Amino acid sequence: MTDHDPRRSMLERMLLIRAFEEKNVALQSEGKAAGTCTSVGQEASAVGVVSALGPKDRILTNHRSAGHLLARGADPGRMMAEIAGRATGYCKGKSGTLHISVKDLGVILTSTIVGGELSLATGVALSLTLLGEDAIVACFFGDGAACEGIFHESVNLAAVWNLPILYVCENNQWQAYVPRRETMRIDHIADRASAYGIEGRTVDGNDVEAVHAAAAEAIESIRRTKRPFLLETYTYRLRGHFEPDDQSYVDPGELASWKARDPIPALRARLRAAGELADADFEAMERDARARIDAAAQFAASSPFPAPEEVTTDVYA
Amino acid sequence: MPRMSAMQAMGEAIAEEMRRDPRVVMFGEGVATKRRELVAEFGGARVRNTPLAEGIIAGTAAGAAATGLRPVIDLLFAPFICFSMEELVNSAGKLRYVSGGQFSFPLVAMAMTGCGWTVGAQHNQNIEAWFAHTPGIKVVMPSTPADFKGLMKSAIRDENPVMFFADMPLLHAEGDVPEGEHVVPIGKAAVCRRGTDVTLVAYAKMVPACAAAADTLAAEGISAEVIDLRSVKPWDEETVLESVRRTGRLVVVHEASRTCGVGAEVAATAAEKAFDRLRAPVVRITGPDAPAPSSWALEQAFVPQPTAIVESVRTLVVRQREGTAA
Ligand SMILES: Cc1ncc(C[n+]2csc(CCOP(=O)(O)OP(=O)(O)O)c2C)c(N)n1
Repeated sequence: MTDHDPRRSMLERMLLIRAFEEKNVALQSEGKAAGTCTSVGQEASAVGVVSALGPKDRILTNHRSAGHLLARGADPGRMMAEIAGRATGYCKGKSGTLHISVKDLGVILTSTIVGGELSLATGVALSLTLLGEDAIVACFFGDGAACEGIFHESVNLAAVWNLPILYVCENNQWQAYVPRRETMRIDHIADRASAYGIEGRTVDGNDVEAVHAAAAEAIESIRRTKRPFLLETYTYRLRGHFEPDDQSYVDPGELASWKARDPIPALRARLRAAGELADADFEAMERDARARIDAAAQFAASSPFPAPEEVTTDVYA
Repeated sequence: MPRMSAMQAMGEAIAEEMRRDPRVVMFGEGVATKRRELVAEFGGARVRNTPLAEGIIAGTAAGAAATGLRPVIDLLFAPFICFSMEELVNSAGKLRYVSGGQFSFPLVAMAMTGCGWTVGAQHNQNIEAWFAHTPGIKVVMPSTPADFKGLMKSAIRDENPVMFFADMPLLHAEGDVPEGEHVVPIGKAAVCRRGTDVTLVAYAKMVPACAAAADTLAAEGISAEVIDLRSVKPWDEETVLESVRRTGRLVVVHEASRTCGVGAEVAATAAEKAFDRLRAPVVRITGPDAPAPSSWALEQAFVPQPTAIVESVRTLVVRQREGTAA
């Protein structure tokens, strides 16, 4: 029954992402893992958009990518192995946490250069167009990246060339340690769409169903109009920029108000109110997610490191 | 063999490769306007103008290369590449490695470089060493129309990002160019002239300068071997070392500034691997550590001239002969 109910499976995915990132945080605090950029609080954005994509669609994302990858169906074990620098990781341990790509899942790039994914997205979409593939590109980036020049260059070119790109700005109110409001006069990145002659829309990024519906509509519009679409998921980064981060610079009132809008309890409450989810069901889902992630961590920890000779392989084709 | 300019030879190579492989596409600022024959033959989808935005031109090439196309981009003048360093260095050069080999980046980024057109510093800088120092990227810099054609074909067929630097004054000089399938491998130098007393290593416009110097030296009884590297990365160590071991003397000539330039790499390699055969110190003749001037007179002062090469070789050989006599 779980498999057939999209709301329940979205909840499961969000719980898996949360468990994955909390495990990494725990390992990091024990000194057993490298620091990571988590997307805690942004799971609805990741799951809502990725669940609206088709299997042939491509994804490019940024340093806060675990949610996008796991929502796409990436194996948490191979992701953890990658983060831990093991040979069994998706990129043989050469990427680490910040650049994981998974060709088989259509995940072309995780860019840790802010805006790097925006620059490659146009090329990936050009390939789809010229090679006659009926698919689109979903490109995830932050509000910080939207202040880089390449954002303008990318969206403008995609608009001019009619490239099938869903630009997804996850506006989480932070740009590393800079509050978004210090860097722009407007509140919504989607407002910029009209400057490029394309459509844009802001959606509540903490409501997974709303995000899914908005992404599905945007994708439909991309296919119909042959123009890119700028979707903004308005959300919040509940943890620090890069673990460990004590968030001492964050206004406690602001943090508390966004914690109250945590997308996971929000969806749980909605399902419970509809009589679709008993507390015991939810707890079982959480336990399952944690068990999967514990097994993933075990897999990573017991995987071998790459051989030293690998340091110079894969440089040239 | 037909005669044509390097510019025409490059155009011919691109057209032949586009004919051969439907995945080859070309774009850049004014590409579709200036290469009408390509648009006419291959259509506006494969040959495109872009906005004036070098970052997204290079980024689009990288993304397209990773997913099945083989883009050739024209970035116009080498200094403009500063706007596309991020995409070329951080993406095209690194992502094959970072992805554990999942993606390749078969793209060619062309740009014009070199003194001789009095266009000044913001249109003229020899930046090949930046890319030679960058992992994952190859760099070619031909000197003859035939090599422009053959190396362009190799660059387009290569599975890696290739920087193709065209030395401006060479673009309109004519030469014989083989028709059809003429492919010059990347990483293979050309021995342009055989000699026994000294090895002159150069690339691009400094190759004809070395050839002129070798003529003058021959009249004085000094026999100079002239090697055209053609590829700056990878460069043909074997051919250079073989020659240096025979002649015992090495002069490296390039127009780019000296510090950490390609000449330093060639000189250091000779010192490491052929020291016991060297009869004289290795010499570098290079452009100064200065932005390129615009004035014709200053440009000529900037570019290493054949006279400087001749003088330097004379000193090396004479010192050696005097040393032997003593
Ligand atoms: C070009 C570049 N500049 C700066 C950084 C350092 N940095 C890493 S993440 C980040 C914040 C990016 O903010 P945003 O795009 O809003 O994404 P978020 O982290 O909020 O998800 C910064 C400044 C970088 N990685 N790349």
